[in-house]
Amino acid sequence: MKPAGSTDPLPAIIDKGGLQVLIDALIGGGFTVIAPRLTDGVIALDTITSVDHLPAGATDEQEAGYYRVHDGGGGRLFDYATTPQGWKRYLYPPEERLWQAKREGAGFAIVEERAPVPRYAFLGVRACDLRAIGILDAVFDHGRSAEPRYVARRDQALIIGVNCTRAGSTCFCTSMGTGPAVGTGADLVLTEFGDDAAPALLVEARSPAGRKVFARLGGRQAAAEDIEAADAAVAKAATMVTRHMATDAAAILKRNLEHREWAKVAQRCLGCANCTLVCPTCFCGSVEDTTDLTGATAARWRRWDSCFTSDFSYIHGGSIRRSGASRYRQWMTHKLSHWWQQFGSSGCVGCGRCITWCPVGIDITEQVRRIKDSEGGPH
Amino acid sequence: MAVTATLPETMVPRPYLVDRVTADVSDTFTLVLKPQYGTEQFAFRPGQFNMLYLYGVGEVPISISGDPNDPQRLVHTVRALGTVTAAMQKLKRGSVVGVRGPFGSSWPIDQAEGADIVIIAGGVGLAPLRPAIYAILARRERYGRFVILYGARSPKDILFSRQLERWRSRLDTFVDVTVDRATGAWHGNVGVVTGLIGHGGFDADHTVAMICGPELMIRYGVLTLIDRGVRTNNIYVSMERNMKCAVGFCGHCQWGGNFVCRDGPVFSFDQIADIFQVREL
Ligand SMILES: Cc1cc2nc3c(=O)[nH]c(=O)nc-3n(C[C@H](O)[C@H](O)[C@H](O)COP(=O)(O)OP(=O)(O)OC[C@H]3O[C@@H](n4cnc5c(N)ncnc54)[C@H](O)[C@@H]3O)c2cc1C
Ligand code: SF4
Ligand code: SF4
Ligand code: FES
Repeated sequence: MKPAGSTDPLPAIIDKGGLQVLIDALIGGGFTVIAPRLTDGVIALDTITSVDHLPAGATDEQEAGYYRVHDGGGGRLFDYATTPQGWKRYLYPPEERLWQAKREGAGFAIVEERAPVPRYAFLGVRACDLRAIGILDAVFDHGRSAEPRYVARRDQALIIGVNCTRAGSTCFCTSMGTGPAVGTGADLVLTEFGDDAAPALLVEARSPAGRKVFARLGGRQAAAEDIEAADAAVAKAATMVTRHMATDAAAILKRNLEHREWAKVAQRCLGCANCTLVCPTCFCGSVEDTTDLTGATAARWRRWDSCFTSDFSYIHGGSIRRSGASRYRQWMTHKLSHWWQQFGSSGCVGCGRCITWCPVGIDITEQVRRIKDSEGGPH
Repeated sequence: MAVTATLPETMVPRPYLVDRVTADVSDTFTLVLKPQYGTEQFAFRPGQFNMLYLYGVGEVPISISGDPNDPQRLVHTVRALGTVTAAMQKLKRGSVVGVRGPFGSSWPIDQAEGADIVIIAGGVGLAPLRPAIYAILARRERYGRFVILYGARSPKDILFSRQLERWRSRLDTFVDVTVDRATGAWHGNVGVVTGLIGHGGFDADHTVAMICGPELMIRYGVLTLIDRGVRTNNIYVSMERNMKCAVGFCGHCQWGGNFVCRDGPVFSFDQIADIFQVREL
């Protein structure tokens, strides 16, 4: 557990009722609360207003190309790993109108979108997903230009992290240095521990905004045993992680752009783009210009796009990345290698979603290992 | 109070009026633009590009082909190839075009002072290099030899032919032109432009080369220059990739670890040596 800063109050212990107090305080403060919620057999992010919307007792089973939710029957609210999608869609929506234009004589006048920026409280952000938000921050505010819509949504968001106390089988946060304990960037952090039927939640305040909400929570001050028990639960999650990414993945890929494994994996890859859709850091988007039927108004839309489509790299005369091998290579080298050159970090946080949701079970950690193990030596 | 977010100028097209359209060669035309409102000057560095928007049709990256010392006129030279560029070919004086920019890196005009300059262009690739030619000619005395090598498909496809003739007639500039296919009264060179490298001479140790054209031509150009002893950090190329945003957000223009829209389009060969030969990257 991170040591509390000098201004951070001591952690508190709350129960389910205390969490409802938190949710009410957030809603009262003008936040839309987003949290994991059981919908159609999947624990997915959704708007909630009550602690009863959280998937009490639910656990998930994730494997390469496999996902199931089980009812464990207990009272734990956070006893599962990653949701199919991360928080990206709230900060960077899958589809968004950037502006409209009205025809005016021979020309046009831009009408900017003036929709109010939503104010989100993200409840239950996992360590890997918090790191993914940090990565998106660097993408959309990179010094040379900032995307104001993203920045505004992000500035308004309150983040309530949850330390993982159970790792999924596709998780590999430990080797990416991203989890299972929530790192910097959260306003509040929860750890669920203790009795299965009525677990306790340890709450830490980690920012001025977090301390403001914390002050209204009530509960009791955490004792040394509580902190110890919570720490032990998180440490246990770390030992449950079975998958690992090679530490030198960036360098391995950089020197193996022409490795034969790219063609091999392309024989399995369907090019379905699931991996890019579920990845919490994939940011590529497309732009489409449209007009209404009369031509009186035009609009520019931005939509999520994927490097797995062949149009993605189209230039006159044909796409640059014609083969499936080159498209798979683009996705994986971007995540693990080229991201360092672009943003000074890896683009992968080890959440394992691309492994779980790949219909043919391609495993990014395994792919790196295959290349590493069959390298022709340094070039 | 509800918070709203305003998009920056780099993300919203500004309306420009077409002041003049010139048909250059069969499928290529030049637009001279001026702001529809106000008298704002358009400052840019040679090699930079704009995103040009046609109302409701779409938006494409197009290099600036005008004179950087004449920022009153924003000039673009476009080859009509597909949906947006073909629609642009129909523009007339008084039509309106949306402009975002300028974006991207530029040719090393200042860094190249004192050196011999070799410019190698193919087809419409002469357009992004023309601002560099203007800038160098404006202070010609600061450079050594100045060589312009240009290749076109056929004699009737030679872009800016009158200007090329004018530059050729200068005693301080060497211009050589080649065509892929000779027709009619053509008595000049036939063959690829990279075959001209060496014409006009240059001191390999003190030469800065700038190349723009089809990617295959760029590849041969770079290899030939390296062969002739030009230093890799003195060879500059301008690259094309699909572009949707031009500000580093959409990811479409990636080439290895580079965003061509902001790290390029002009790269020194040193920056890209490790990915230059990788196919389909
Ligand atoms: C930095 C840069 C500078 C350029 N400068 C010039 C110039 O000065 N003059 C000129 O004639 N052309 C230039 N091009 C190429 C020009 O952008 C394309 O010819 C144009 O996008 C084709 O669009 P289209 O809709 O007419 O063609 P379509 O074939 O219908 O293309 C559909 C879409 O694919 C994309 N696309 C197609 N070809 C290219 C391409 N070569 N580069 C990037 N995106 C492409 C565009 O989004 C386009 O709208 C430049 C490209 C780049 C990247
Ligand atoms: S690449 Fe896979 S494991 Fe890494 S962040 Fe994206 S979805 Fe998660
Ligand atoms: S999810 Fe799997 S099959 Fe689909 S594009 Fe990604 S790697 Fe290929
Ligand atoms: S064009 Fe969008 S990132 Fe370069």
